[in-house]
Amino acid sequence: MAIIRDIMPAFELYQPVTVDDTLRLLNQHGEDAWVMAGGLDTFDWLKDRIKRPKVVIDLSQVSELRGVREMNGGLEIGAMTTLTEVVRHPVVREKFSILSTGAEAAASPQIRNQGTIGGNVSQDARCWYYRGGWKCYRAGGNICFADTPTAINREHAILHADRCVAVNPSDSAPALIALEAQMVIRNSKGERVVNAEDYFIGPSIDITRMTVLRPGDLLTAIRIPATWAGAQFYFEKVRDRQVWDFPMMNVASAMVVTGGNIERIRIVVNAAAAHPLRLTAVEDAVRGKPPNAATGEMGGKIAIAGAEPLRYNGYKVPLMRNLVKRAIGGVEEVKWA
Amino acid sequence: MGIVQFATNPWGQSVPIHIAFYLIWVSAIAGLAFLICHSIWVAFIARKEAHVEFVADVAANVPEKVARHSLAARLFHWVMAAAMLALLITAFLPKVGDQFPWVTYHWIAGLVLTAAIVFHIIHASFWMDFWSIWPDKIDIEDGKRRWLRATGKTAPAPRKFAKYPMENKMYHLIIVLAGLAATVTGVFMMKRVRTPFFTRNPYLFSDMTWGLMYVLHGLAGVGLIALIMVHIYFALRPEKLVITKSMVFGTIPREYYLEHHDPARWTATK
Repeated sequence: MAIIRDIMPAFELYQPVTVDDTLRLLNQHGEDAWVMAGGLDTFDWLKDRIKRPKVVIDLSQVSELRGVREMNGGLEIGAMTTLTEVVRHPVVREKFSILSTGAEAAASPQIRNQGTIGGNVSQDARCWYYRGGWKCYRAGGNICFADTPTAINREHAILHADRCVAVNPSDSAPALIALEAQMVIRNSKGERVVNAEDYFIGPSIDITRMTVLRPGDLLTAIRIPATWAGAQFYFEKVRDRQVWDFPMMNVASAMVVTGGNIERIRIVVNAAAAHPLRLTAVEDAVRGKPPNAATGEMGGKIAIAGAEPLRYNGYKVPLMRNLVKRAIGGVEEVKWA
Repeated sequence: MGIVQFATNPWGQSVPIHIAFYLIWVSAIAGLAFLICHSIWVAFIARKEAHVEFVADVAANVPEKVARHSLAARLFHWVMAAAMLALLITAFLPKVGDQFPWVTYHWIAGLVLTAAIVFHIIHASFWMDFWSIWPDKIDIEDGKRRWLRATGKTAPAPRKFAKYPMENKMYHLIIVLAGLAATVTGVFMMKRVRTPFFTRNPYLFSDMTWGLMYVLHGLAGVGLIALIMVHIYFALRPEKLVITKSMVFGTIPREYYLEHHDPARWTATK
């Protein structure tokens, strides 16, 4: 563990009030700029003195980035909207309850009051070797300390590891992918809209980044289409401490059942790989079948195909199988939302 | 701004981790500069050697098409070329911004190159004239003469080449060094990634040894950017097209053989 020194290294602080000003600053400072949303991830890095940006751009004053707006039957959520605001929003609760459940599963009430939806989906990996400041692959080095014969890797990836075995720790990300959300990204050249499942990238594409955001890019909003409004949702998060913790794994599914059979389904797990995994093979296999334990069992087995556990995270294989099973077949204790 | 990047390992030692990636551009620019300078040199500065007359009775014994590269040698060359290009693309394209899952393609291409090199070493040692590609005393003497004459100084006329011109031999020597450095280190580096062939073991060597291996792999890799550029440039130069074609069809014409090669040093066969 890194020694928290509490006093952050010096940096130049900017607090723009508009998106245009923010983009101008991002363009001006490029790779030297650090974008701070709620600050929960940022302050860890800065106080540990592991990241030492020259410039910090604090988005807290940019009111354009806040709030939930209804849009074509769906929603547009500003990237700086707090997790608490997302959790409590009546339309989110009524039509897209999987997102409120996922967002509410993140951290503690205090952290959700400060943490933002944009920050939650863009947060960095929690691998303690990486966060401890070791020059691993993700930090630009040539080794993964978590994937060595003696590594402590209980929370790490069982799927799609490519040199780095860190996982994505977001709780809202799988819910957003299940809802077919889109991420609105702006930079000095304009705006682009990226599907939520393409927003997250694994180490095989870029070992130093968790998302498609590059220097100069700003996530401004998340759009949720009406496609899955009112569907059957399931979200479950397994963590060491129930009061507040990062996920050992979580699962989110959105399902439309017609005539007793699954007509449409999207199912996503997170903390199994470096990016949230949409399980398209499972979706294809269970479509047209009844959402029961047998179908769930089948889906669970398909989900774990190719899993390669490390020394201490073998438990994640049955965990993922069972979470997927429950997300499809449901459980008595957890009712459909 | 060093050419090697260092990091502190868990034992507090400063170890090299890899080359600085700006060297990609240094190598590419160096390669390009060579092409431009060489083109200008050949076009405007270099003194042309006088045409050499054939000896009639020697010419009569030379077949119309002289075998230069066997089918096996040509296949090796093109397999190696494809693997080498795949390695350069997978190694450096993601570094300059075009990101894709490169690691698997990279080590597969690396294995193909390694297999091709092993084949070539065996083939060249037992089935080819092994020493024909290595520079000898005559090459060095003639190289000196050519340089003096090309720069306008007086020197005896150089002899004709044996099978391979001096620049061919020098290029081969450099590519052997760079290629072997990249492949030998690359094979060991496969112990750091997940493949069906090895059990991952990043503790096989010390951090320092691994670091030096990464640096050597990187230096050889960026060096190959310039080397491959130069190779393709020469392959496309009009006066070298005969040699390039021989790498496809296996032969060179009798006239070219008689003009550039010494039958005493390289016996022509069909």
